[in-house]
Amino acid sequence: MKEMNAEIPVIQGSEALIRSLLYEGVDTIFGYPGGAIMPVFDALYDHKTEIRHILVRHEQGAVHAAQGYARVSRKVGVALVTSGPGATNAVTGITDAMMDSTPLVVISGQVSSNLLGSDAFQEADVIGITQPITKWAYQIRRVEDIPWAVSRAFYIASSGRPGPVVLDIAKDAQNNKCPYSYTKTEFLRSYDPSPEVELDFIKEAAVIINQSKKPLALVGQGVILGKAENELIAFLEKADIPFGSTILGLSAVPSNHPLNCGMLGMHGNVAPNIKTNECDVLIAIGMRFDDRVTGDLKTYAKQAKVIHFDIDKAEIDKNVKATVRVLGDAKITLPLVTELLEKNTHSDWIDEFKPLKQKEIDCVINNELYPEEGEIHMGEVINKVTEATQNKAVCVTDVGQQQMMATRYFKFTQSRSMVTSGGLGTMGFGLPAGIGAKYGAPDRTVCIFVGDGGLQMTIQELGTIMEYGINVKIIVLNNNFLGMVRQWQELFYDERYSETHMKNPDFVKIADAYNIKGRKVVERANLDEAITEMLSYDGAYLLEVVVETKGMVYPMVPAGTSVTNIILGNGYKL
Amino acid sequence: MNQVMEEKTLYTITIFSENTVGVLNQIATIFTRRQLNIETLSVSPSAIKGIHKFTITTFSDSEEDMIKLVRQIDKRVDIIKAYYNTNDDLIHQELALYKLATEKVLEHGSIEYLVRKYNIRILEVSKDCVVFLKAGHYAETQALFEELSQQIGVLQFIRSGRIAITKAKVERLSDMLSSREERKNKLETSDN
Repeated sequence: MKEMNAEIPVIQGSEALIRSLLYEGVDTIFGYPGGAIMPVFDALYDHKTEIRHILVRHEQGAVHAAQGYARVSRKVGVALVTSGPGATNAVTGITDAMMDSTPLVVISGQVSSNLLGSDAFQEADVIGITQPITKWAYQIRRVEDIPWAVSRAFYIASSGRPGPVVLDIAKDAQNNKCPYSYTKTEFLRSYDPSPEVELDFIKEAAVIINQSKKPLALVGQGVILGKAENELIAFLEKADIPFGSTILGLSAVPSNHPLNCGMLGMHGNVAPNIKTNECDVLIAIGMRFDDRVTGDLKTYAKQAKVIHFDIDKAEIDKNVKATVRVLGDAKITLPLVTELLEKNTHSDWIDEFKPLKQKEIDCVINNELYPEEGEIHMGEVINKVTEATQNKAVCVTDVGQQQMMATRYFKFTQSRSMVTSGGLGTMGFGLPAGIGAKYGAPDRTVCIFVGDGGLQMTIQELGTIMEYGINVKIIVLNNNFLGMVRQWQELFYDERYSETHMKNPDFVKIADAYNIKGRKVVERANLDEAITEMLSYDGAYLLEVVVETKGMVYPMVPAGTSVTNIILGNGYKL
Repeated sequence: MNQVMEEKTLYTITIFSENTVGVLNQIATIFTRRQLNIETLSVSPSAIKGIHKFTITTFSDSEEDMIKLVRQIDKRVDIIKAYYNTNDDLIHQELALYKLATEKVLEHGSIEYLVRKYNIRILEVSKDCVVFLKAGHYAETQALFEELSQQIGVLQFIRSGRIAITKAKVERLSDMLSSREERKNKLETSDN
């Protein structure tokens, strides 16, 4: 029964927006003011104690920070930007969140409703621009619609397969007044976030797994988003199923779990990639068979029965045809299947992974992590950092070689510890996402790995770090190259290094200008001590490590080829 | 018979949506991304208040692509339900209007024959022009256009997008809506 309110308050739209955000439990917003969103910033001024606003230095940074925040905290990330350029600057981050299923509500100001469509100052068709890159985009033109739209936005962003929502609020809707009351959205007839469990398929999946001699599981971010880490481990352990993770599935299960065979895909580990084409049952859980995971689909796991767990029906059969689909929330479906599983062991099958793992250690990993002479290697730095944090830190990466090295060599002991731009591959993601991650997990050490190229795409966020004293550890792996593109040029473009060499500024001096402690390491002898100094320093720290200019990320499955076509580099062959 | 173009089949996509701003834009983007051309498009309020119905035709050589297309459309929050069908599953019609010069029509002499053969309705006769209406399948409205063009000359011609109704007994939208309603009630009772 609804209680009758004695009095429904009549308030301004901007105030209604803030109250609606508070109702949804928002306590942190990343944003940047401007003309068309000023009433909201004005209302924010009255709520400083309840909502902390982090003033970034560019709207792209606001969205990436909100992503980093959402990814580690399990909450919806909120970004607040102005109309026109404010909103268009946010587009890269919104697209990134769409690709990586990150729950966001991005609120943009818009010109007054009477000016819409007139090419008014700082007007952009934000709904038209963002509809294809959001889960939902809605323009609020009337003050009365604010609570309704905010309520829907949070429901849509956070339920089912999460994703970004854009609310574009006309300035007059922010300024006008109306009676305010808020109702949380829990149902939309046109939207089914958690499809009903299909018990027949649950049974069928269990039968196939029980009969399997060589099962292999592929763990994706769906497990983390569905908070189903424990359910996954129970499932894997009961039937003794080895697994590989997608890049976004990393940290769902601790790195040292005996069934964990590492990462899948282009720069993933040898064993899970090879075994994909040898298993008899492939069990995909909350992952979407991205081309960077599968390589050539025509040769991908053709021998195997495929069981696909996903909450998003559109992912079933999209890239890989499923023998059995298990639609629904992994937290619900996994235990239902586990219950029907027989306790099993697959020691012989799991033993088959070992020589491949050893081969990778001998041919790639030892050389990358423990070189005795020559220039410093990227993997070497990452390994030292993860060890120095007892594998407990949040690892945030940018995009490129350092990203692949970090996903390969950083180790995890708890879930939600990897923040990286997987689907969109957005250079410039790392620094602002790291800021958001620190707000999302203030008690954890946040290590940001970034290259010299990516750092300079959002380097202005050093200003945000300075202003708020955000304690992030920035490890710049500087090879003075756009390393991943350079690697492809070496392998596939006849060593024609077109526009990949970069003349770089003195990053430590830049950090110094922002009053951020910095240090540059060139010699291996100084590396350990510098990492210790960085981690024990109370505050933000930028550690620039000069790494080998022509480093390569191996193993590598060249794009569009079979997942078993693995280059080990350095003259080694599988 | 299914309409066929270069080994491709004509599919009819039926979409029910909430009546919100920008739904057409969302649908169109999904066709564009998948490199599908929209052949015809018809939009109108459905029999159920507040729900709009889109009927879109597109050629494709793969039913699998249609399944994926419909799932992508269905996934949008504002879309209530999307289906695809081939011509065999449907009763479908298009509407065509033909404007002819009155003088030429009178010269022709055997208008009665054409009207009977094609089941033409005459909407307008003035001293300048005559307007015919014909409902039918694409081939039928096209055949009339060609015959009129050859024999009399057509001043203006327009054909609507396809509208269609399924031959199957069940009304899928109402089934879907009632199952959603059940779900909603379940949610509400579990809350209490």
